[in-house]
Amino acid sequence: MEPTRLQPTPSQTVGPFYGYALPFRGGGDLAAAGDPDAIIVRGTVYDGAGAPVPDALVEVWQAAPDGSLRGAPGSMRRDPVAGEAIGRTGIDFTGFARAATDADGHWHVRTLPPAPHRPGALPHLAVCVFARGLLHHLYTRIHLPEHAAALDAAPQFAALPPERRATLLAAAERPGVYRFDIRLQGGAGEETVFLDFA
Amino acid sequence: MTVPSPRPPTQAEIDKEIAELDGSRPGLAHPPRGYPPYRSSILRHPEQALVVVQDPEAVELTGPVFGVTDVSELDNDLTRRHHGEPLGERITVTGRVLDRAGRPVRGQLVEIWQANASGRYAHARDAHPAPLDPNFTGAGRCLTDGEGRYSFTTIKPGPYPWRNHVNAWRPAHIHFSLFGHAFTQRLVTQMYFPGDPLFDRDPILQSVTDQAARDRLVAAYDHDLSVPEWSLGYRWDIVLDGPAATWIEEGR
Repeated sequence: MEPTRLQPTPSQTVGPFYGYALPFRGGGDLAAAGDPDAIIVRGTVYDGAGAPVPDALVEVWQAAPDGSLRGAPGSMRRDPVAGEAIGRTGIDFTGFARAATDADGHWHVRTLPPAPHRPGALPHLAVCVFARGLLHHLYTRIHLPEHAAALDAAPQFAALPPERRATLLAAAERPGVYRFDIRLQGGAGEETVFLDFA
Repeated sequence: MTVPSPRPPTQAEIDKEIAELDGSRPGLAHPPRGYPPYRSSILRHPEQALVVVQDPEAVELTGPVFGVTDVSELDNDLTRRHHGEPLGERITVTGRVLDRAGRPVRGQLVEIWQANASGRYAHARDAHPAPLDPNFTGAGRCLTDGEGRYSFTTIKPGPYPWRNHVNAWRPAHIHFSLFGHAFTQRLVTQMYFPGDPLFDRDPILQSVTDQAARDRLVAAYDHDLSVPEWSLGYRWDIVLDGPAATWIEEGR
């Protein structure tokens, strides 16, 4: 039998004033301080005129290094006495990061390389983007350069022209540092590929 | 794509653009990402079609989890975050978070933020010359309970001006951020108060072009939720869109 289908609550823009509510201390630090396997993924969010977007919010969800998608609480851990955000314990991998863009549109997260969540899966960081001016958030995926060939071979992106598919690939800047710019609007070879899971 | 005129548009011009698009997407809940009456959307929406991912084991069909360590006791009472009482009309806002199958979303994070009673945000970029309230920041969070219920005590926010067009005013609203069982169910939205005369003139609310969908963004005044000698009550239920892995239900 077809289950009940309630009508969804519509999306609205995050607006310009989320800055004192949504970002939290250490929000982008998924990897514990000093973890030798930590990588940095960084980039700039751009609008359709090529201008950086200083009021965007980038969220990441990913598998743990063992491939688990169970996540763990504690991304926004609070001091129970004063109520201040005190950061993750660094013991459990929560899988969730949140990074607001700076005044120059730049964001970054420190994380551990994503692992396949099932045998043969293409590892990636799932990304959700919010911004003032964006009425409904957007999803994309970050793949690391060592998975470039697997990305090219992935059936779900096979229909994309190579230059579109390339927007899903981070570039190695130096060991452990990757660049992934997000272009909210642009030509077919520039605009980031955004995903729909409906 | 509409090219905006060099001078700021008038309310009448925006009203006309809104009217032309009203009802143009019957039955669709979410706003189009490109909605020219909301000028900031013009350069901030993709023009290429979204790529449909059909993978029953996609990473995005799972999502982050939160727990009691992520919220503190006072986080859902925005009136008790400072030494004194904030000015304004004290309200309680409560409701349930459900998925589209009507199942409660349990133990998930709800975050809110809002302007103070005068229509001013505690944010350096808010240049509206209305008073800041030293006893009100306007941010809160809570976890949904076993029935998907959230509850906040706060003050009713004021409407405020913005620069989309000449004499643009946002209806009073509370921003909500919600997590479901899956990353695909993520939602950021705004809750409005019933009977606000600014509804028809606001391109952000009107970006939802289906009237029935728009109505779902408006809370109901509920006298049974009002606390005698204390606060007025509003009820607002939230339904998260998007698919989720069914297996995840069992383990949580």
